[in-house]
Amino acid sequence: MSAPTAAPAAGPVPARWPRLARPDPVALMALPAFAYLAAAYGWPLLVLLGHSLSGPDGISLAPFARFLSDPFSWRVIGNTVRSALLVTLVCLLAGYPAAIALARARGVVQALLLLSVILPLSVGVVVKAYAWQIVLRRDGVVSQALVGLGIWDAPQRLLFTETGLVIGAANVFLPFMILPIYAVIRLIDPRLSEAAATLGASPVRRFLTVTLPLTLPGIVSGVAFVFSLAVSMYVVPSLVIGDRYQTLATLTGRAFLFLRDEQLGSTTAVILLALAVAVVVGSTALARRLGGGGLS
Amino acid sequence: MTATERLSLALVWTLAVASAAFLMAPLAVTVAVSFGSSAVFTLPPPAWSTRWYERLWVSRDLWPALWTSLRVAGLATALALVLGTLCAIAVVRGRFPGREALVTFLISPLMLPGLVVGIAMLQGFRAMGLRDVGVSLLVAHGVITLPYVVRNVAAALSLFDFTLIDAARTLGLSYPAAILRVLVPGLAPAFLTSGLFAFLASMDNYPISIFFTDAWTKTLPIQMLQLVEERPDPTIAAVSTLLILLAVVVLILGDRLVGLRRLAQV
Repeated sequence: MSAPTAAPAAGPVPARWPRLARPDPVALMALPAFAYLAAAYGWPLLVLLGHSLSGPDGISLAPFARFLSDPFSWRVIGNTVRSALLVTLVCLLAGYPAAIALARARGVVQALLLLSVILPLSVGVVVKAYAWQIVLRRDGVVSQALVGLGIWDAPQRLLFTETGLVIGAANVFLPFMILPIYAVIRLIDPRLSEAAATLGASPVRRFLTVTLPLTLPGIVSGVAFVFSLAVSMYVVPSLVIGDRYQTLATLTGRAFLFLRDEQLGSTTAVILLALAVAVVVGSTALARRLGGGGLS
Repeated sequence: MTATERLSLALVWTLAVASAAFLMAPLAVTVAVSFGSSAVFTLPPPAWSTRWYERLWVSRDLWPALWTSLRVAGLATALALVLGTLCAIAVVRGRFPGREALVTFLISPLMLPGLVVGIAMLQGFRAMGLRDVGVSLLVAHGVITLPYVVRNVAAALSLFDFTLIDAARTLGLSYPAAILRVLVPGLAPAFLTSGLFAFLASMDNYPISIFFTDAWTKTLPIQMLQLVEERPDPTIAAVSTLLILLAVVVLILGDRLVGLRRLAQV
């Protein structure tokens, strides 16, 4: 705020916006966007909730009870949560070092690393899933490489396996792990780690007591991001693993697009919605608590 | 530097380079396959050719789909820029209760499963009597592009020094001229980054578009996935390569105008 030139403006310029008038005219500028989103998105979500809760005779939880009493449903929920957890784990293990390197790199190296994160992020998921379909075949690059390295005896197909699904999905969601962690690491004062070194802390101890706690908010938001994306992924499973492996998202899509069973689709959609909202709300609360303690 | 430090540093860099290669792998594979002569995706291809581009050139499915996608993405981004900027100004400069809740609501379409949002809109639009596929598609894409604009423009506005406008007024500019010559250039990077990412998000969207297509109106990702399932051949790789090229152009544009590091903050 360095504007001595602005100070005399108080005289001749009339009060821009009357502060006490109500309703605040500036607030009215939010109205078009709010009305649009409320009509096109907020209200439809409420309709969906209502639809999933309405039985033949009024409000009922019967559709959920029916869905959850079927062992097939539990296999679907198991697939959904397990694959999402695996994807999140792979992304965390690959993304954390990448974020550290990204924050430490300078010049051309940093630009190249950054490009390798942002370019794939800007390319659509259908393109990437299609590429993984090619790569994971029995005669694909991965199989050939593993046989060449002597890890596999014979070519195998990773396509239509859970391993293949996790590889493809982790590839698609990895930038969403790297970027939040990178954003937090950039803000850390490097002198903190140096100070710990001066005080005699070993590298491992410095990482565990200084760097890791300070990056925890980034980890929390990266994990939440990737998990909620992986829980609801639709394109990657449909191309990489196929119909035999159903998740809540693919089942929801099938129910609407092929089975024309809107009751089933609404039920699974609302379960998916509850899962996503729980992750977002939980992680926001956690990040806020960590952020208050760690980054101040 | 101790041995442990050197070792951990080497480990970090190895993993980082491996991650970068892993991230770029599908793009490299797509480009390689698109220039291969073989229809059965062998890598490296037996010979190089442009036959898949020739086939793409005469494709009767993909061009209309690309045109639909470009049109919807362009219109939705424009809509989002107008509504989103107005809303961001209200949130940053206005004094009214629930501003934080309003921002959360406006950004929430990006945090919820796309498929669920799509289904909700499908049922909601139907209940409202909106049956036109083109209009539904545009309205739905407006919902998913708006969050990018609101988030970015609000962040830029909260950093903008509004006394600059008073200064411009003192120097003799009228109020609209001050807005146009001081505020708009100050917000240009935010308009640009949010516009580019909103455009790409709309271009690439699958889980919402799938509910708003019919035999005549299909966006590119929908048409591509359908072709992959029906008759997979490297024509898909050729159109994918064009999409990668589009992303490269957008990023070069963004880098020139605001810098790559800023783009990473989206």
